[in-house]
Formats: sequence, structure tokens, C-alpha cells
Amino acid sequence: MKKSHILGIVVIAVAITVIISTAGDASTYVTFKVAHEMASNDSDKKIHVVGKLTKNGTGEVIGIKQSPDNQSFSFTMIDQNEDRQEVVFLNTMPADFLRSEQVVVVGSFHNETFLADKILMKCPSKYQEETIEVEAVSTSE
Amino acid sequence: MHTFIGSTGHFLIILAFVGALIATYGYFMSVRSDEIKRESWLKYARWAFYVHGAAVIGIVFSLFFIINSHYFEYHYAWSHSSSSLPVNYQIATFWEGQEGSFLLWIFWHVVLGVIIINTNKFWEGSVMTTFALVQAFLMSMILGVVILNLKIGSSPFILLRDVLDAPIFKMNPDYVPKDGTGLNPLLQNYWMVIHPPTLFLGFATTIVPFAYCIAGLWLGKFKEWVRPALPWALFSAVTLGIGILMGAYWAYEALNFGGYWSWDPVENAIYVPWLVLIAAVHTMISFNKSDTALKTAIILVIATFLMVLYATFLTRSGILGDSSVHSFTDLGLSGQLLLYLMVFVVLSAGLAARVWKRIPTSDDEVSTYSREFWILIGASTLCLMAFQVIIPTSIPVWNAIVELFGGISNVAPPVDPVAFYSKWQIWFTIILALLSGTGQFFWWKKIDRSKLKEALMTPVIATFLVAGLVILISNWADTGYFKFVPDLILLTAGLYSIIANGIIFFKVVKTSPRLSGGAVAHIGIAFMLIGILLSSGYSNIISLNKTGLIWSSDLPDEVNQNNLLLFQHEPRQMGKYQLLYKGIRKKVKGFPDYVDKAELEELSDKRMAIIETNLIYDDRTYFEAGDTIEYENFENSYFEVQYLNDREDFTLYPRIQLNEAMGMVMSPDIDRTLIKDLYTHVKTFPDPESEIEWSPTDTLQLNIGDTLYINDFVAVFDDIIRVDEVRGVELGSEDVAIKAHILIYGPLGIQYVAEPIYLIKDRLIGRIPDIVDDVSAKVTLMNIYPKRGTFELGINTTQKNWIILEAVEMPWINILWLGTFLVAIGFIIAINRRYNEFVLMRDKGVEA
Repeated sequence: MKKSHILGIVVIAVAITVIISTAGDASTYVTFKVAHEMASNDSDKKIHVVGKLTKNGTGEVIGIKQSPDNQSFSFTMIDQNEDRQEVVFLNTMPADFLRSEQVVVVGSFHNETFLADKILMKCPSKYQEETIEVEAVSTSE
Repeated sequence: MHTFIGSTGHFLIILAFVGALIATYGYFMSVRSDEIKRESWLKYARWAFYVHGAAVIGIVFSLFFIINSHYFEYHYAWSHSSSSLPVNYQIATFWEGQEGSFLLWIFWHVVLGVIIINTNKFWEGSVMTTFALVQAFLMSMILGVVILNLKIGSSPFILLRDVLDAPIFKMNPDYVPKDGTGLNPLLQNYWMVIHPPTLFLGFATTIVPFAYCIAGLWLGKFKEWVRPALPWALFSAVTLGIGILMGAYWAYEALNFGGYWSWDPVENAIYVPWLVLIAAVHTMISFNKSDTALKTAIILVIATFLMVLYATFLTRSGILGDSSVHSFTDLGLSGQLLLYLMVFVVLSAGLAARVWKRIPTSDDEVSTYSREFWILIGASTLCLMAFQVIIPTSIPVWNAIVELFGGISNVAPPVDPVAFYSKWQIWFTIILALLSGTGQFFWWKKIDRSKLKEALMTPVIATFLVAGLVILISNWADTGYFKFVPDLILLTAGLYSIIANGIIFFKVVKTSPRLSGGAVAHIGIAFMLIGILLSSGYSNIISLNKTGLIWSSDLPDEVNQNNLLLFQHEPRQMGKYQLLYKGIRKKVKGFPDYVDKAELEELSDKRMAIIETNLIYDDRTYFEAGDTIEYENFENSYFEVQYLNDREDFTLYPRIQLNEAMGMVMSPDIDRTLIKDLYTHVKTFPDPESEIEWSPTDTLQLNIGDTLYINDFVAVFDDIIRVDEVRGVELGSEDVAIKAHILIYGPLGIQYVAEPIYLIKDRLIGRIPDIVDDVSAKVTLMNIYPKRGTFELGINTTQKNWIILEAVEMPWINILWLGTFLVAIGFIIAINRRYNEFVLMRDKGVEA
């Protein structure tokens, strides 16, 4: 067997291991219900949950609780099945959090509490504003 | 409305697009036709390409003119710029949007195309065919025309009223907004001016080796394309590398990503083509000596370009969605981008397949003692590194493909990307370090077993000695570095590469310094690896604290919190430092130092303030009390934090920008020393816009000279003064104003003065309280009892000012930057050598 063939086999073997490792380390997008089931089945695997913040009739975000030391906070999130869940985040509130259209929390359940390690947000981009603020006087130009 | 410039710009876009198409056809025909007609086809195509180039420069000029003239009737100017933006950021604005960054890329291709046309007659037709075709595809991205309900490209010259469906345009179609929405404050940084052009030059240059390779396959010149392509491949590798590192440094220095590399999908999308390009460069160099690597070189050069196209697709189609912090906004170009990628995949794969059997190879078994063999292993390692990164980065693509076929796929990227990628990449880099050290000894084709042993003896022994010494010192200094086995191995492998390449360098530099590029670049890479290992692997969050749980007993007992709460003037121990938050500072135009915010009185115009004390720096008075000053940027607050221990005493000023559109934008401050960087950023502070909650008023009856307590600080009410002038109040002849003088012995022995004013104007009583920020108190002169000779003071207090801060130590990060410089120098030496070789051959007429 040629050396280059051996090398080829080694490369393919490593490539396959890479794919298996990726599959093993990849997380999944689930709902709170599934995440809760996973946690009660003794799986400490961290998952992604997609959802929205709870808002009242006027569009204000409700259900935010700050810790007394301002270093962590909790919020109520509604997932894609419309299930509500309190999520605790042990860090300061990300800058655009209250304006996000969609949030993705990465973490896991500890009994009934969902502890988020990471929050990803989809914000209405400042570059896709749908309206312009028009000043009353400027229309005369 | 200034519609002329936009119409001109749009016309030039169409002209440039058509020009590129004609040039493609012309150059294509010049290759296909016989000697007689070739010259005329070439001339025709060259003209078309020059028209295309001139049009592109016209487009660039038009777009910049619109931004510079603040024509906010144009969507591009409105959404990326604003009237207060200085010129350097207006340049940055140019490439902030997708359209502008495509334009930048197109512009670089024009420059490169003109260079190729004028340096290389033989290859012009075949190389420029690829160039012009790529230009046509890129132009189509900004074409902005609708054919049969199909939108092709997104033009930067589109008017605001055609984008926004705002009611104002129904009432007044000629409405022009007063101002634009501005450049994203995160991007208002000089890096935004220099990083994109460098990165896009790196991107753009990958087309040159690709075009040469395609030309070589097309013309049947399977070997000859390598020589002219090699200096360009080297140039591309170094530019792209510098572009990536600039981005990393920018993220580290100015953004709050928490480090220089976070394995974000967009970062990965650029890292992957760079790795493949490095592999390609090595096989091209190796081919210069023998045929064995030729096929590999062809595959890798093509793969590099296709990976650049794939990266473009990933970052610009919106497919990464919210998995990345810096992907572009989706312009609905995904179909076009996919087509662009697919066309080049099919064309290049098809061409290569057609001629594959004719490409010369050597049938000899590669010798274990040959340079080619080791380079092949190195190239394979680089490709595996790239593969390991691109597979997980493409997870959103896999999901999309599964969903395209009606399936459901809910795979998400790994939760901890840094740990996930690092555990693989570290082993690959160990192999690379070992190969780059050993590979250099195969400089000459044959070196046998005994000679190799002899050559390796010195570096191996030296490596173990140095590695042992480093570990010994590291243990003795109790640093905790290299506590994991892979880290120890990487350190040793890196040192081996430095020593082995160092030996080669000293051998080569004496006789022919122009050949030393490889050794220098490899030493640089090894330094970079050790620098990354230490600065990232042993970065240390020193603001770490473990707090008991407030939220729920369900949560684990000890959870790390990376942040520390600091109250103003209250020292707190953090790791080996004592931290003291001294207050908010501002930057003022025309004064070289920071200014205490407490000394600035706000005005209704937020950009200005009145200074309440003399501003002195280096014995020079810049402003006097009562002067009106202008902020550099009123949105910026700097937080003065002092770090103190028995060896060090330094002050950092991390910044928060409060931007209307973006909210809080944080920017770190870094204390740099030779052996470590201390990186600090403030994560949040009390919102200055929110109403201050004062405690109920505490009233005190006092005589002059009495002592009192204000927010637990001792204070003396030492005087009462009649004043003739009160700022903002016009005093008539009947009116009276007096102020109390209260000296407060504040925290840390600093003295503050409160001067509340009591006035009678037009027989009405007015009180102007004085707020002393640093003691969080408000003092009001409530009443005066002339008969008794006593005064009534009202005291309100509030919560002390605070910040929440994160501090991270990055040890030996300077080794990484040192390595970066060495790599760049090594590449420059190598480019110079290879270009001279090419010129020599070209002028001899060997390869035309």
C-alpha cells in the first residue's frame, strides 16, 4: 500500500470522527416541555429554547425581576407552544433585551427553574425601521 | 430631492454590469480564437473591462458623494449615516451596508484586474475571463432591477420613499428626512475604517490564484500557472490573515465580545478559507520541486475560492439568523448568492474533471524523507482543521436542507463553542507545530535517516531543555499555567518549532536572507500558538464570585458569577487587587484629561454643559469655572476604577455609551503590561435618565459652626454668604439671595462643599438645592430665622452610585501579537522572493 493511501485513510477516519463528535456535541432546539422531560430523565444536556418575552396590552415587557444586587435577573418567557416559564439568568441584562422580538435561551432545567447560560436575541434591526419620525415643521421643505 | 446623482449611480451600475458581461465574452473568445483574431478580441475585452472599471469608480464616487452631502432622501445615507458624522466615519459608513461592502469587494477586483492586465500578457485572456465573470456576478448583487417580478440585486442608490411605506410619502413624495439614523455606535471606531478594506482585499485576492488555476486547466498549461499565481497566493494569505487578526484585535480592544476570538459563525466563515489557502500555498511551493503535489495544489486553490464564496453565502444570505453577532441584514439575495456559489462549483469541478487525466503526476512513491511528504501531511492537517470548523458552523444549512425535503431538523450549534472547537483545534495545531519544525529540515529533496537524526538532535535537546525551564519557572512563580496535558504538549511543540526554525533561519540568513521567509513565518505561527494557549487558555476572570442563591433552591449551590458590584468610594477586594470605583467621568472637547461628571452642570442642550470648577492639566488652565464646554460625545460615560495592590497601582476608564437607538454599548479598558493584559468592562450602572429616588426630607435646625451628618458623613455648616448673582436667575434691586456653605468630610478623606441657595425674588421664596453626587445627598436651605439666628437645612439621601464590572486577566497576550508581526514579515520576505522569480522567468520569455 502506498503511503499516500494510508494518509488518505487516516484523513477520512479523522473526518468521520469529527462528524460524530459534532453530532454528539450539537445541541437541539426544543420546547420547555421537552426540556423539562429531558432534565427529569437525568440528562444534564444543555438545550436551546426559542420564544418571546411576556408583554402586556401596551407592548411593555412584564415579569422581569432584578436581584437586589443588580447582578442577575429573571424573566417569564413564552415558548413556541405558548407555555410560560420563568427563566433565571445569572448575569446582567443584555443591552437590547427588552426590545428583542425573539429570544433564544441556552441552558437547562434545575427541577422547576430554567437556568440560562446564554441568551441570544433577535432585535428589530435599527436598519429595518418601518417608520420615520417626522417632525411637524420639516414637511415644508 | 437630488435624484440626478442617484440616477447616474444606478446607470453606472448597469453599465458596469454590462461591461463585465462583455469583457467576459470578449476574453473568452480571445482564448478560443486563433492567433490572428486574438489580438482584436483582447483589445475589445480590455476596453470593456476598462469601461467596467471606470463605471465602478464612478459608482463608488457617487455613493460617497451622497453620504458626504447628507442626501437623506437616499436609503443608504439615511440608514447608515447622519449629519453629525465626521468624514472618517462617513468612509466607514460606505461599507457598513451589504451593498457598499459588495462595492468595496468589486473595487478591489477592478484594481487587481488592471494589475493583471498590465503585468502579464500571456495569461491575460484566460485569467481575465474568470475575473470578468466574477465581476458580473458581484455586480448583479447591487444591480437593483426587477425583471418579470424577479428582483435582481439591491441597489445602494434606492430612494428612501421606495423602501419605506411611511404615510408621509403619500402626503409629500418629496419629503426629505432632516437627519439619518447614524452609524451603529458599536462600529464608530477607527478599526471600522481600516479593517473592512483589508479583509476585503484579502477576500478579493483569492480570485487571482483561482483564476490562474482555471486558466491553466483551460489552456492545458497544467504546471505553468503555479509560478505567477504563487506570489498572489502568498499575498492573499497574508492580507486575509492580517484582516482576520485586525478583526480579532478590534473585538478585543473595543467591543465587548469578551476576547479576541469567540468562534462565532462569521469568524469561522473567514477562518476556514484562510486555512485552506495556507494549505494551498504550501502545496504550490512544494510543487515547484516536484510534480507530486500538483493535483493537490489544484484542488486546494479551487477549494479556497469556493470556500470564500460559501462564506459569502453564509454571512450574507441570512441563513445564520441569530446564531451570529455580526452577520449582515438579509437583503433577500440568498437565491442569487446560492446561484453564484453553484455556478463556480459546477464550472470549476467540471473543468477539472474534464482534464484530470491529463494532469501530470509522478508515479514514484513519495519518500518519507522528502519535503513533499511532510507538506502533504501538513496540508491534510490544515484541511481537517478547516473541516472540523465548517461542519458545525454549517448546522443552520443542514437544517435548511432537511427542511427543504420536508423533514424537521432541530439541531442547534454546540452550547460552548470555545470549548468545543478548542478541544479539536489544539491537537491539530500541535501536529502543525511539529511539522513546521521538522519540515524545514527537508529543504533539500533528499535527506536520509542518519542525516535527519543528526539534524534533529540539537533542536530536540534544546526544546526539552527550554520547555523544562519554562515549566520550572512557571511552577516556581505559581502561575498555574500548563496544567493540562494537551497544553504541555502544545507548549513543547511550539518551542520546538521556534527552535528548529530559528536554527534554519540563522543558517539561511547568512547566505541568502531572501529565502528566510518560511522560517520567520513559522516562528511567528509558533509564537502565536503559545500566545493563544496562554492568553485564552489561562485567561482568568478575577471578578469571579460565588454567591448564594437568591432565585431558587432548585439551582445548584455554587454558581459562578463573573461580575462584581462596586459602590462609589467603597474599596472592595477582588482577587489580588483592591478595587475602588471613583465615579463617572466625561470627555470634553479641548481638554486632555477626563472631567468629573459631578463638576458639570447639565444644560438643556445635551451636548453642552457648564463646568463648575477650573479645568487644569499640567499647570495650564483650559477652562474656568462657569465656562460652557462641549462634550466629545455626550452619550459616553467613563468609569474611573482604581486597581491597587502592593506592586501595582493603575486606573482604568471603561466606557458605556448610551445610544438612543442601540441602548447601552460597552467598551472595555485594558491595562497592558508585558506579561499580561487586564481587561475590564462595566456591564451596567444606574440609568441616568431614570428619576432619582430621594429619601424623605430630614430637616435640621442649625447655627453657623454646627456639625451635622449627611448620609453618614461628618459635615460642618460653616458659613452663610449673601450672593449677588445666581446663575439662571435675574435678581432685581429688591431681591435677596444667600447661600449656605457646608463642608462635607466625604469618603476616603475627600472634602466636598454643598452650597444650597435661598432667595427671595419678587416677594416669592425660592430654594435651589445642591446635589453632591459623591455623597449621594441633596442639601436644601429650607428656612432662615433671622430673629433666632438659626437656619433650617433639609437633607435627602439616595442610594450610592454603583457599577457592575467584569475584569479578566489575559496572560502573555503580547506573545500572540509578536507572533502576528513575525508572520507578516515572513510572508513579505516570501512574496518578494516569489515575485522576483516570476519576473525573472517572464522576462526570459520562458512562460511568456
